[in-house]
This record gives sequence, structure tokens and C-alpha cells, in this order.
Amino acid sequence: MQKFTLLRTTAVPIPMEDIDTDQIIPARFLKATTREGFGDNLFRDWRYQADNTPKPDFVLNNPAYSGKVLVAGRNFGCGSSREHAAWAIADYGFRAVVSSFFADIFKGNALNNGLLPVQVSPDFLHQLFSGIEQDPGIEVEIDLETQTIRIPSKGLEETFPIDPYKRVCLINGFDDIDYLISLKDKIAEFEVSMG
Amino acid sequence: MGKTLFDKIWDAHIVTSVEGGMEVVYIDRHFIHEVTSPQAFDGLRARNIGVFRPKQTVATADHNVPTKDQHLPIREALSRHQVDALIHNCADFGLELYGLGHPLSGHRAVIGPELGITQPGMTIVCGDSHTSTHGAFGCIAFGIGTSQVEQVFASQCLLQSRPKRMRINVEGQLGAGVYAKDLILYIIAQLTAAGGTGYFVEYAGSAIRSLSMEARMTICNMSIEMGARGGLVAPDQTTFDYLQGRQFAPQGAEWENALAYWKTLYSDEDAVFDKEFTFRAEDIEPMVTYGTNPGMGLGISQVIPTETGQSFEKSLEYMGFKPGESLAGKPIQHVFIGSCTNSRIEDLRLVAEFVKGKKKAPHVSAMVVPGSQQVAAQAKAEGIDRILEEAGFDFREPGCSACLGMNEDKIPAGAYCVSTSNRNFEGRQGPGARTILASPLMAAAAAIAGEIVDFRK
Ligand code: SF4
Repeated sequence: MQKFTLLRTTAVPIPMEDIDTDQIIPARFLKATTREGFGDNLFRDWRYQADNTPKPDFVLNNPAYSGKVLVAGRNFGCGSSREHAAWAIADYGFRAVVSSFFADIFKGNALNNGLLPVQVSPDFLHQLFSGIEQDPGIEVEIDLETQTIRIPSKGLEETFPIDPYKRVCLINGFDDIDYLISLKDKIAEFEVSMG
Repeated sequence: MGKTLFDKIWDAHIVTSVEGGMEVVYIDRHFIHEVTSPQAFDGLRARNIGVFRPKQTVATADHNVPTKDQHLPIREALSRHQVDALIHNCADFGLELYGLGHPLSGHRAVIGPELGITQPGMTIVCGDSHTSTHGAFGCIAFGIGTSQVEQVFASQCLLQSRPKRMRINVEGQLGAGVYAKDLILYIIAQLTAAGGTGYFVEYAGSAIRSLSMEARMTICNMSIEMGARGGLVAPDQTTFDYLQGRQFAPQGAEWENALAYWKTLYSDEDAVFDKEFTFRAEDIEPMVTYGTNPGMGLGISQVIPTETGQSFEKSLEYMGFKPGESLAGKPIQHVFIGSCTNSRIEDLRLVAEFVKGKKKAPHVSAMVVPGSQQVAAQAKAEGIDRILEEAGFDFREPGCSACLGMNEDKIPAGAYCVSTSNRNFEGRQGPGARTILASPLMAAAAAIAGEIVDFRK
């Protein structure tokens, strides 16, 4: 897993609420048996017409917007448990998603793939959206060490929550499996005690 | 202080906890399928390790399979490749596979219960959010991502933070023609598609107690549609009667031991929930959804509300509906009766009883997809397949089918489909498809009328 420490970048806004994983990556693109390449189909049906020509009004097709942070409305990532959603976002090149609220499974999947879900207050999210609307070149800074997100040009900052264990994992690029495997003896003991 | 049912089961499965609050939770049963497992198997290969407890995993193929001619090779190359990968992976890692055509195959959320694999007090996971279905038996069941599938393979455990607990009480008696599907769509409409996020839900109250196991499964199935990690119902005599004698249920003295334990699985009187809601069964009527998330539902006699906001407007524009409109009388072109929400024998019986001697509207194509081989066999034994076919419905082989627009069964762009599945997201049933979620009876009635109707009239 890629390490995550400090990120300073422009951001791509999708000010919609309840963006579900079927929008992030439609089911018909889940047939691959590897983790790579899903970024091409990220937001497929919002991004392309049926004949595969890009829809010019969608933000990913607008050259004014770029960056490593995706900013979205509340309840981001609801619906299916498909980890492919997190893979698609990361594969496209995003390192973090900012929203005022994340669906549980998506949040877990993102963290397991080095993609940081940054939960901010509705007010901060609003400020961020309006900042980007006024100036697509505006930068955000995400510091995982101090759990802080900033909009330097507006002088705004906020701390965000993250499980302390997960924070350490992300900073070091560790995943849960290494840890769980190290517990095997304890797990076997537990099985015996369970009967 | 007393404990909630959730905490009783969870606490019994904690191997250890991690600084900061996460816990290592032991997993009793792990179901896998073709779509969310291949990358996890590759992960094991990369680490050069095997499956830690292979006997606790059961595999089926269901998402990416055709629902016609399942005895023939899958036509579509990518789908075939994915299903084949599951076969090879199960063979390589020594896992039981109920593959295509196997007499015990079907949806995991259907076969787990019908085979007695799902039992009270267990922890059950699968790379599928509707794993919550198993919660109907009083177990903790939830969906996980592929990295977590790999974790369970590697250690039979998951690292989890404990969700908050919510109780939803439904008191009273459901009216005539109102079913479990209406009940859960009603609850989600009240709580919204995000109302349960961060929580594990216990469904309780007299209306829930009086439901059959299959109806409870429909309720627990859709817990995820309000954002909850899962839902469960305390086991009771209905649960025990359902399980007794099933293939993998405990037998003899083991059954007595199990039963004694299962009877301790309830929330103590003084248990405290982080959130609690109470609804009256009498307030619920047959439900339909009008938008593009499952929280956008209303009673069939109501009209679409007037709201503002980009998300709401985009949703109605996609559906081709307007605020203030009624859905009754709207023409439809497709009906899909199936999915892990409503594809069990009780659902098919209800539909057959309603359509018997009737004919579907000529412009409607209506598909009925049983949840498992066993459900299909039972339906045939009862003559349900014939009744449906005489009414012009297409009775198919088991699979996820048109629930998710991944396999061959898709709804065309722009067309309206009344569906007994669980998600009405944009494009869920195929690019541009417009989904209206409803109960099996509402779906059957729409197929006959050619439009959305209140079948009670
Ligand atoms: S029927 Fe639909 S919701 Fe259920 S497992 Fe299959 S795709 Fe998922």
C-alpha cells in the first residue's frame, strides 16, 4: 500500500449527494479479475455517452479541473460493497476524497487501499465547493499526521476524524493482513476457547 | 447494565482489541462469489499463504451468470473467465463450491438459510452488502470489500470498529396487501438512504415478531439501503422451527445444546441503544420508489414530494417524473421479480396466486428469477412455473439477473421497470434503465395492468 503523509493539490468537485458505488463504477465493468485499470471506467455513465464519446459537461472531462482530491456531497459511496469503487478512484489518480459524510463500507474499502476519506463539516464542504467554483486552481492541503485539512488561500482549516490504528497504517503503508496474520496463534487459541 | 443482542454476539467473537478501539472479530462463516473474490485469491498467492480455515468458506457463482441455459458454457468471454477463475481458485485453495448447475447452488443470501448454514449467534461475512439478509436469524452478518475477503481468508478474522446500535420497533399489524418489502421501503423512506450509517440495526416489535423467516430476510436484506452495516432480528420459535431438520443445522443432542444457547440471544430489557425509532404497522401501505435511491419511496396513494436541490432534481429528471405527481397509472415496460430481496418460495407463491388465470399486458416483458435451485425445484413441484408461464411471465434459472445489469439480463435505456430488487440507482439495471422498487405483488399487478397500480383496488 502506498504511504500517505502530506498532500497539497487542486481538487475536482462533484457537488452531488448520495453518490452510490454503481455510479462510481457500474456493475458491467466489474468483470476483471485484477485490481488495475478500473480508473478508465470511473463514473463511466456520467462521463461518457452511450457511444463512448465524452460528455463535455462532466467535471472529469473539463480541463479546468484536475488534482488528487475528489470533493463530493454527503453520503458518498453508498450502496454496493464493491471495493472496485475505491480501486477506480485510486486508479484514476485520486489520493483522497473529501465529503461531509461517507458510507461505512466505502470508507473501510478506501482506507484499505491507501485512499484517504476526509470527513469535514457541511460548512467546510460548502466553503470548499464555493472556493473551487470561484477558482478551479485553488489548493487544498491534507495533513494526515495532524489530521488537518486546509484551504490555505482562504485561511480555513479543520481537523478530521480517523481511527488511530488506520492512521498509523496509512502513514506507514501497512495493511491489516500483516497484522492479522501475526495473530494466528491467538486466533487458534480463541477457537479452542469457543469450543 | 443489560446488553443488546448485537453486543452479546459481537463480544462472544472478540479475539483481541487494538489500541484506539478497533477489534479483531472472529468470523464463523464466509461466503464468497465470483465478482469480489479473484483479487483476494491473488493477494494470498502474492503472500504465498493458503486459506486459514477453508471449511468455513462456501463459494457460489451468481452475479455474473446467465439465467437461461445454464447447462451451456457462458457465452460472454469476460463473464466466463470470471466464473472459471472462481472454479480454479476454489480448487487451488480447497474451498467448497456450489457452482453453476449444482443442486444446492443459488444466491448466498438464499442458500445460507435454506441449507441451515446460517444460524443464530454467528458472525457471517461476504463480499456483498446484502449479506445483512442472514441477520434475520439473529446473527451478525455484513458485507465486506475484497481486501477484507483476503483478511478472512488469511486469518478467519476481521479488524472492525464496533458500530453504534439502533433499534427499530414496528408495532401492530400490517394491513391486507402490505408485505415485508413495503415495511422496509417505508422505514428507509422515513430514515433516508443515509439514516442508518454507522449503526447496526435490530428490528423488533410485534409486527416484526409476527413475520415469517422469509419476510424477516427481506427486511434485514435492505438494512444496507439506509446505510446501516447490517440488521438483525432476535431468534424465536419461528426461527427454530425454520431451522430444525435443515441439511447443515445441528442435529440430535447438538440441536438441544444449540437451542439452549440461541434462547439467550435477545436484547436485555435494560439494554440501551444509541438510537431508537418506533413505527406503526397500520401507517404503512404498498410502497413504490420514485427516485434514484431507495430512500425515495412513497405509499402508492401519495404523490411525489416537492423538494429542491441538485441531487433531487437530477434524480427526478433521470426518472422522468415531476414533483406532485402520483405514480399510479404510470405505464411501465418491464417487471423483474427476483434478487436476494424477494426471490424465495413465499414470494413466488404470492405472485402465482395473484396472476393465476390472468395475462400480462402485451407491451410488458415480465421476468421471474428464483433465488436458488431449491426454490426453482419447489416452484416447479407446486406448478408455479406453469401458472407464471400461462400468464406470460418468463420463469428463469437462478441468479442475480436484472438486479444489477452485469450479466445478460438488462433493462433498456429509458424503459421503466417495476422491480422487487433493492436498488434503484441510476443505471443499476442497465445504462439509462429506470427502476421502481416494489413488493412482489405490486410488481405482478403492474405486469398485468401494464402500469403501476394499487392492486388492492
Ligand atoms: S440479487 Fe442483486 S443485490 Fe442481491 S446479491 Fe445479487 S446483485 Fe447483489
